[in-house]
Amino acid sequence: MYAQMVKTDADKVRDISEMSPEERAFQERIDRGEKIEPTDWMPDGYRKTLIRQIGQHAHSEIVGQLPEGNWITRAPTLERKAILLAKVQDEAGHGLYLYCAAETLGVSRDELIELLHAGKMKYSSIFNYPTLNWADIGAVGWLVDGAAIMNQVPLQRTSFGPYSRAMIRICKEESFHQRQGFDIMMKMAKGTEAQRRMAQDALNRFWYPSLMMFGPSDKDSVHSAQSMAWKIKINTNDELRQKFVDQTVPQAEYLGLSIPDEHLTWNEDKGGFDFSEPDWSEFFEVLKGNGPCNRERMDARVKAWEDGAWVRDGLMAHADKRAAARQAAE
Amino acid sequence: MKKEWPLWEVFIRGQHGLNHRHVGSLHAPDAEMAIKNARDVYTRRKEGVSIWVVPSAQISASDPGAKDSLFEPSMDKIYRHPSFYDIPEDVGKM
Repeated sequence: MYAQMVKTDADKVRDISEMSPEERAFQERIDRGEKIEPTDWMPDGYRKTLIRQIGQHAHSEIVGQLPEGNWITRAPTLERKAILLAKVQDEAGHGLYLYCAAETLGVSRDELIELLHAGKMKYSSIFNYPTLNWADIGAVGWLVDGAAIMNQVPLQRTSFGPYSRAMIRICKEESFHQRQGFDIMMKMAKGTEAQRRMAQDALNRFWYPSLMMFGPSDKDSVHSAQSMAWKIKINTNDELRQKFVDQTVPQAEYLGLSIPDEHLTWNEDKGGFDFSEPDWSEFFEVLKGNGPCNRERMDARVKAWEDGAWVRDGLMAHADKRAAARQAAE
Repeated sequence: MKKEWPLWEVFIRGQHGLNHRHVGSLHAPDAEMAIKNARDVYTRRKEGVSIWVVPSAQISASDPGAKDSLFEPSMDKIYRHPSFYDIPEDVGKM
């Protein structure tokens, strides 16, 4: 999940009888499956929560370019390099679709970026892990994009029109991301013994951080309950995590790789796997900024933003000057 | 000096002679850059053969609150639809 633990400001989910007439009409529209559009009336909490969630989602797409961008110049073949470049370019595009969706709620893209750089907004915990070798690029596509898709497919049905439309576009483009990752993993898992070991090692390192992407169990969370009532969250974290595990285990088997979990067993009753929880204390450390690459990621983002300032300002000044000249000529 | 690039709405016409369709928005300093950026952001997979960009500030929109009264005139005119008319089967396709 690219948005984790998004807060709603709610201390409890209110019953329809406790709502103002406006709120009730709003909730009923959502319950009927209508889309909410930017100029429609919406509760303050809905607007604020969506800005947090979509903003965090956008930041994740942008920061998510860094671990993969790291391997563009070192891809093993020209074809792999072109593919990775296209994937990373897609992530930039996905970030832009999402910033635009957030902007319809009355926040500007620059504001969101500055909040991220000031440490007041987050991006997904997963991008604070390093990509140490080429097999990691396979694991990221297969597992990280796989987990993201699991979250994003239901979000196509989210209640907020611009978010839903951005998700539809993103999902259409994203399945290539997962498939190219799996393709790398297949090549390596069926390659030399050394390559197979690299593939296994990448799976070992990315497995639990991928499970963490869905966030800790939220079956008792007020925020999740509120977000689900608003249909800006469609499934619980545990549901999505279970689906991800059930989907991924057979794929690992196909690759001849083993999931690094000795407690992983098929549970006939629930029709899914039982599996070990990730180490949640590690997750909270990463969220606090103490993951292996937090500092590096933020430094890279801030540097890109600051180094690009003169280009942004210069192009704007040029455009203003030309517009003024055009006006004078009229 | 600090000024955010203005927002543009992007419209793209697909391959088969359809209308330009709104696909989203983006930031750019001017129209020329907006078209270039739209090419990269919205047509990475051959989605279009033509791009329009319009400054978002220039879009005028109907009032969502007035939706009911605005579209009311078309609500009760079912005779505008072909299915309103029963044509005997003997007449053949029409």
